[in-house]
Amino acid sequence: MNTESLTSIFINTLIVNNFVLSMFLGICPFLGVSAKKETALRMGIAVTFVLLVSSICAYGINITLNYLQAPYLILICYIAVIAAAVQLVEMVIKKYSPALFRALGIFLPLITTNCAILGLALFQTQKGYNFLQCLVYALGAGGGFTLALIIMAGMREKLELADVPDIAQGVSITLILAGILSLAFMGFAGLGG
Amino acid sequence: MSDQQDSSPSMDVLLRGFWKENPVFVMVLGTCPTLAVTNKVINCFAMGISVMFVLVMSGLLISLLRNFIPKQVRIASFILIIATFVTMVDYAIQSISLDLYDSLGAFIQLIVVNCIILGRAEAYASKNGPVKSMLDAVGMGLGFTFALLCLGVIREALGNGTLMMDTPFEISLFGPNFAPWSIMILPPGGFFVLGLELALFAWLRKRRARRTAAAAQA
Repeated sequence: MNTESLTSIFINTLIVNNFVLSMFLGICPFLGVSAKKETALRMGIAVTFVLLVSSICAYGINITLNYLQAPYLILICYIAVIAAAVQLVEMVIKKYSPALFRALGIFLPLITTNCAILGLALFQTQKGYNFLQCLVYALGAGGGFTLALIIMAGMREKLELADVPDIAQGVSITLILAGILSLAFMGFAGLGG
Repeated sequence: MSDQQDSSPSMDVLLRGFWKENPVFVMVLGTCPTLAVTNKVINCFAMGISVMFVLVMSGLLISLLRNFIPKQVRIASFILIIATFVTMVDYAIQSISLDLYDSLGAFIQLIVVNCIILGRAEAYASKNGPVKSMLDAVGMGLGFTFALLCLGVIREALGNGTLMMDTPFEISLFGPNFAPWSIMILPPGGFFVLGLELALFAWLRKRRARRTAAAAQA
């Protein structure tokens, strides 16, 4: 059992070990949907939500598989449950809030292949968090993802006015910007462990 | 890609993934592991070989089963097949070298959600025969390993002054007075090197296009 305090887990995943900028999880949506601040925020909320749901599911699966003594099935179960959770979230949102469903659009199904989701499930198992710690971990990770996405979108909106050399346009300049942002986030390293 | 079977010669199928359709530099897929594991050259080899194994095996199985998997559930079936092979790789690496396993962290298990593998399964293996699918998988795997090495060699050489660190073949490049650029092996270094290499490849492509245009005019 891990005895890390809840605040320390939250701050740690939110800024110190940011999922996108220092653990390289979820780079694809980070590069793909960070062009506008509004879509970035929506994507962040959707991912946070799926992170929470899959974190709860992963906690349950881990206990069940330990009970059945079949830990080698962990990967297959996690990915199947994440895909199902995304589908479920999609259906629930569609039923109860069509407006939000339209706003999220294509981003929802794409969350299945976001490595931040599977990464979170694997890390929380590795670290042996209890149920409450898992929830806070998922919230921190989702918050950190949203934060990175929004900061990046802000920078990219400004970038549209800048004169970028044409070979560096697109992904290349975005990655270099992300590098600078990651450098800035390293300044938080003293805060946590 | 169309539903038609690929009819290009086998050699093209094999070489395409290496340069013309390189998964990392041209299609910008699989960026997460590319950035995360390239701080050491040995990690690049391990990751490249693991991904190639999963690509080849899942490509073979999917192309053999392509007429039996119903269209509606194909993505879910592909992911389960991929997850099975990734579990095998995971346990294999754990038994070969625990140090290597620890330094790659969760990224071996995260091969499941590597878009290159699902992408090839959907775009190629589910439409072509087993031999072609395997050639395509080997080509893509080599292209991915090549891309990882492009980053890994630069990052380790500048960040630590060595090549093949933590192996019996370790080479020191710049002598004892070298002050390592530790930023290169930290996360920001990965972003910078990949960003600059993408710009370099864009420049190479542009130059080639300009030369062919000039040759066509002359």
